[in-house]
Amino acid sequence: MGGVNNAIRDSVLFTTAESLINWSRSSALWPETFGIACCAIEMISAGCARYDLDRFGVVFRPSPRQSDVMIIAGTVTRKFAPVVRRLYDQMPEPRWVIAMGTCAISGGVYNTYAVVQGAETFVPVDVHVPGCPPRPEALMHGFLLLQEKIKRSRALAGTPLDRVAAS
Amino acid sequence: MTEVTELSRPEDEALNTREVLLNLGPQHPSTHGVLRLVLELDGEYVKRVDPHIGYLHRGTEKLAESFTYTQIFPLTDRLDYLCPPSNNLAFALAVEKLLGIQAPIRAQYIRVMMAELARISGHLLITGALPMDLGAMTALLYVMREREMIMDLLEMITGARMHTSFCRVGGVREDLPDGFLPKIREFCDIFPNRIRDYERLLEGNRVFLKRTQGIGVISAEDAIDLGLSGPNLRASGVDWDIRRDEPYEIYDRLDFKVITRIEGDCYARWLCRVEEMRESIRIIEQCLDQMPEGPFQIDMPTIAFPVDKDRVHCSMEALIQHFDLSAYGFKVPKGEVYSAIEAPKGELGFYIISDGSPKPFRMKVRAPSFVNLQGIFGVTNARYLADMIAVLGSLDPVMAEVDK
Amino acid sequence: MSVEPSLYHALITERFGEAIEDLGAAHGIHVFAVPPEKIVEFCRFLKEHPALEFNFLSDICGVDHYPEMPRFEAVYHLYSLPNKWRVRIKCRLGDPPQLPSVAGVWRTANWHEREAWDMYGIRFEGHPDLRRIYMWEGFEGFPQRKDFPLRGYKDKLNPFGAEGPPPTQPDLATRDIP
Repeated sequence: MGGVNNAIRDSVLFTTAESLINWSRSSALWPETFGIACCAIEMISAGCARYDLDRFGVVFRPSPRQSDVMIIAGTVTRKFAPVVRRLYDQMPEPRWVIAMGTCAISGGVYNTYAVVQGAETFVPVDVHVPGCPPRPEALMHGFLLLQEKIKRSRALAGTPLDRVAAS
Repeated sequence: MTEVTELSRPEDEALNTREVLLNLGPQHPSTHGVLRLVLELDGEYVKRVDPHIGYLHRGTEKLAESFTYTQIFPLTDRLDYLCPPSNNLAFALAVEKLLGIQAPIRAQYIRVMMAELARISGHLLITGALPMDLGAMTALLYVMREREMIMDLLEMITGARMHTSFCRVGGVREDLPDGFLPKIREFCDIFPNRIRDYERLLEGNRVFLKRTQGIGVISAEDAIDLGLSGPNLRASGVDWDIRRDEPYEIYDRLDFKVITRIEGDCYARWLCRVEEMRESIRIIEQCLDQMPEGPFQIDMPTIAFPVDKDRVHCSMEALIQHFDLSAYGFKVPKGEVYSAIEAPKGELGFYIISDGSPKPFRMKVRAPSFVNLQGIFGVTNARYLADMIAVLGSLDPVMAEVDK
Repeated sequence: MSVEPSLYHALITERFGEAIEDLGAAHGIHVFAVPPEKIVEFCRFLKEHPALEFNFLSDICGVDHYPEMPRFEAVYHLYSLPNKWRVRIKCRLGDPPQLPSVAGVWRTANWHEREAWDMYGIRFEGHPDLRRIYMWEGFEGFPQRKDFPLRGYKDKLNPFGAEGPPPTQPDLATRDIP
């Protein structure tokens, strides 16, 4: 009997469904290959050999339908805002948005007739990464913050399981 | 609308196809940003192409009218964001022409050296991005490795990786830092071997050759008619380089080859850029050899910031000078100037009209990418949709510069 | 950048008489003022004359001199690849501004003229396809005119804009080639 007990102790983990789901979600954040302006180049740098975002489970995908994270990397203009919104709408839930760079956060230096003053005006932004452009390290930090946020979120909120847990 | 190709399908093709309109972009991994091509396709054959641009139009020119001349430098950085030092240089030269001044010789060498570093970093990206668009992912990882070396060098000089804003009217912001020369010498030693690596990687790659050689040919007449410049023009056999033909700064003291090809296809445009990187390394080495000691900024308190930054804290005159220049800028005499340089993408010109105030009345950027993108209308034999990707990649437009 | 003013002057006076005004050289570039109706003829002359050969059109740009009258100006920068000369042509225009298109002389003029139309509302007669290039179809106003507010008009996307009619939104559904 003791042998069976030990086997169970060594191979079975007790955890909550929520932390398991959050752990898996935060470990495979797939962003969209979607560069707009200068920040896109730093995003590429972050994805390439030296900074290597892949080791955080961050793998770029070419289509919004395969991705979880949208990095708004650059200036969003009025002409482009509907496109960004449509891409966001095409992403399956759960989905997150990183506003990379000053332009995406607030319009930056471009306070003009053509530029949207912050991506927050038309998509919900989870993490802001400041800089013009942010260094690849800053983008990594943004991803780590996003992982932190996901780990603390309530994945089961609103589902039947949530009601069971609450009763 | 000018038509790219008007080809009927080969007779023997029994496939039943129909005409479709296809939107390539604005979000597409191989449009290099936010370009949208509306393509009229007959099956897989491209019948017409209509580029829609303006998705990154930020109003730089209008914004510049409300900025002082020194404040405009950061805006020029963000035009062609792959090579900011060249853009800074072009703008500084235009303003200096209006003012009738020249930067000290050492500053000119520093500017030219940085512009050539920028040229390498701009060309590097396209060296890797064109193969990546055509399916060879590996090349990009290699070129980014060398690009990081350039980023490190630029960071060492300016403190910023990308948007350096290092030029000032009448000089540069600071002198080269200690310990910089051995670093850049090391880079100059390593880099030519790395260029050979790229060539070995791609020159024998049958797929890459098949998809670029003989594809997207632009004839010399068309290239001139469409206003192409830079490597795109030289790949069509037109021997024109502003660095040699209208030498600015200290280019007349340097010895370099102007690379031309005669084929005018995608491969020629790619090869031109690879060869130009070699010449840029030669230019940088000559700059390092010839660079004299001396001031890095013109000695004109009405235009240039105090050279010795510590004086600002203890001298009233220096403080006033610094405050005055930061808050109000300097006045530029009435007049207009057009000054062009050979930027990595081609002829980058600034046309500035000054009304005598510290802000330009009108600033027009003659952006090379904007004009080069029109080269897509001069392409004679891009028949398939897949060829359009190669053509677009080889024309190397940077959308921020196209849209301004 | 050698300039040959005497050569220009003789050739141009011989052909055009007093219609073209020679404004002399400014910062290494020779400048001519041309009335709008002569612009195509003059450009073709500069391009095709064997001694000049200005075969490369660098740039066309619009300028708004508001409130000065005549208000608008179109500025052309030409380059001669064989001779390595540059020349600037200026053309003052009234309000509403219009002049003939040079897209028949250089194909590259196509987009430059579309840009000037988009930003300044300069209408180029005979342009093959005069559409907006940067702003979307349906955008109201010409943003680089001096009387257009730098920050545009206020709406949800731009809370810092000037008071005025909110701008129209671009329509994603427009997809046809005109």
